[in-house]
Amino acid sequence: MLTRTGAPTKEPLSIATNGAPPDAGEVRIAAVEHAFAQLQVLAGLSLRAAPHEVLGIVGPSGCGKSTLLEMIAGLREPDAGTIAIGTAAEPSERLARCAYLPQRDLLLPWYSAIDNAGLALRNRGVGKAEARRQAGQLFQRFGLQGFERSRPSELSGGMRQRVAFLRTLIAGKPVLLLDEPFASLDAITRGEMQAWLAGALATEPRTVVLVTHDVEEALYLSDRVAVLSTRPGRLVSELTPFASRASDRDAAITTPEFGALRAEAMQALREGSR
Amino acid sequence: MRRYLLPAAVLVALVGAWQLATSTGLLANVLNLQDFLVPSPSEIAKTLWEDHSLLADNAWVTLKEILLGFGCALVAGLAFAVGLHLSETLRRAFYPLIVASQTIPIIAVAPILVVWFGFGIGPKLAIIALICFFPITVNTLDGLRSVDPDAVKMMRTLDASRWAILRRVESPTALPYAFSGAKIAVAVAVIGAVFGEWAGSSSGLGYLMQLDNAALNTPRLWASVTVLSAMAILLFALLALLERKVVTWR
Repeated sequence: MLTRTGAPTKEPLSIATNGAPPDAGEVRIAAVEHAFAQLQVLAGLSLRAAPHEVLGIVGPSGCGKSTLLEMIAGLREPDAGTIAIGTAAEPSERLARCAYLPQRDLLLPWYSAIDNAGLALRNRGVGKAEARRQAGQLFQRFGLQGFERSRPSELSGGMRQRVAFLRTLIAGKPVLLLDEPFASLDAITRGEMQAWLAGALATEPRTVVLVTHDVEEALYLSDRVAVLSTRPGRLVSELTPFASRASDRDAAITTPEFGALRAEAMQALREGSR
Repeated sequence: MRRYLLPAAVLVALVGAWQLATSTGLLANVLNLQDFLVPSPSEIAKTLWEDHSLLADNAWVTLKEILLGFGCALVAGLAFAVGLHLSETLRRAFYPLIVASQTIPIIAVAPILVVWFGFGIGPKLAIIALICFFPITVNTLDGLRSVDPDAVKMMRTLDASRWAILRRVESPTALPYAFSGAKIAVAVAVIGAVFGEWAGSSSGLGYLMQLDNAALNTPRLWASVTVLSAMAILLFALLALLERKVVTWR
C-alpha cells in the first residue's frame, strides 16, 4: 500500500498540551535501581532529557529499557532513586504528563483508525464527533487521509504505527515515551517511518525518550544517545549525534561521519555487553 | 451453505433408516414392543400437522418461560461478571460459591421451588435462570480477565478512568466470550424449562409431554420433543447471527 510518508507541512499545529508549564517536558532520572525478585535490571542509572530534546536509549535485550519507560510513565515505581518530569515526582503526576507508544501498536480492533487516534480525547470526556474532527485534522497533515474509517486490520504495519503515534500525539502530553516503536516493521518501512517521525517532531516538538536496539535509528532520531550495559543496566557511554532528524534521512545516514559515529556506538555496546 | 450439506445428509440418512425400521415393524420386534409405542418419523410428522395448534399454544408458554428466564440470567450474569471483575474481594468471596453452586441438582430442587412459588411461571423462571446464570457469568468473567495488560497500560497513559478502560477495552474484549456463554445458556435453558414444567405446571410442552407419556401417546410425545429441539436450535442460531452483527472485528 503506497501512501505519502514524507515530512508533514511545517505550519505548527495547536495541540493543547494540557496547560503544562514550560519545564513540564524535562525528564530527570537520578540513581534509579530496580530488581524483579532476585534479578537486578537497573543499577544506579541517571539520565536527563531537556524539554523538546530527543533522548535515545540503546542497549542489549533485557537491560531494563522497557522497565525504565514504564517507570518514567509512572506505571511502575523504582526500588531506589527518583524520577521527575518537571516538578512532577509522584507516579500519578508523571502519568498525566507522559504518553506511551509501545512496540506493538495496540490499536483497538473494534474502533476505526480515527477513533483509535482520538482515544485520549474520548477518555477526557470529549464527544465522539469533536474527537473525530480533531483527529481528522492530524490525519490530513500526517498523510493518513482516506483511511479514517478503516479498521486497524485493514491497515499496513507502517500505517498502524502512524495511527498509534497520532494517538500518542493527540494526548497532548509534553513527554513521549517510545518503546522500540518500529521494531516490528520491515527495513524499508522502518526507514520511511523514521523520516516521518522526524518530520512529525519538527512540527510538534516534544520531549521524547526513545528506546531501541537499532543503533542507526537512535543516532538518526536522537539529540543524545545513552548506551546501556547488559543487565543490570547502567550508563556505558553518551553520544551526541550531529545529523539528528535531518530532512534527507538516506543521505544523512550514509555519510562517513555517521558511519564513524555508528562504529563508536557499536564499540560502546560491545563494551557494555562484556 | 456447503458446511450444512454433510450434517444434513447424515440427518436425512438417520431419519430414513428410522422410517424404514419402524414402518416394517423391525424396530418394534427387536425391542419386543407393540407397534404403536414405536412411532415412525412420518407418524410424528402427521401428529405435528394435526395437533399443530395445541403444540403451538404450549410451545409459546414454554418459549416465554425460556426467554424471561434467560433474560434474567443474562442481566444478573453480566452484572455479576463485571462486579467480580472490578473487585478482587468480591471475586474471592463469590467465585468459589458460584462454581460450587453448579453441583446443586436443579432437578431435585425443582419440586421445592414449586412448593414455594406455586404452579405459575415463577419456579420455571427460577430454574431456567439458575442454570443459565453459570455459563454466562463464568464466560464473561474469563473474557474480562483475558484483556491485554499492555492495552490497559496504554489506556492509562491516555488519561483513561477505570470506567473508560472497562467500556473501551475490557467490555469489547469480553463480548465474544459473553456470546459463547449465552449460546451455551440458551441451549440448556430449554432443558430447564422442561424440568420446571415436570415439577408442576398446567401448560407448556413439558406439561404436554407428561400427559402424553401417561397416555402412551408416543407420536405426540416425539412431536413435542421435535418442537423443543427446533426451538433450541432457532434460539442458538439467532444468538450466533447477532454475534456476527455485533462482533465485527473478528
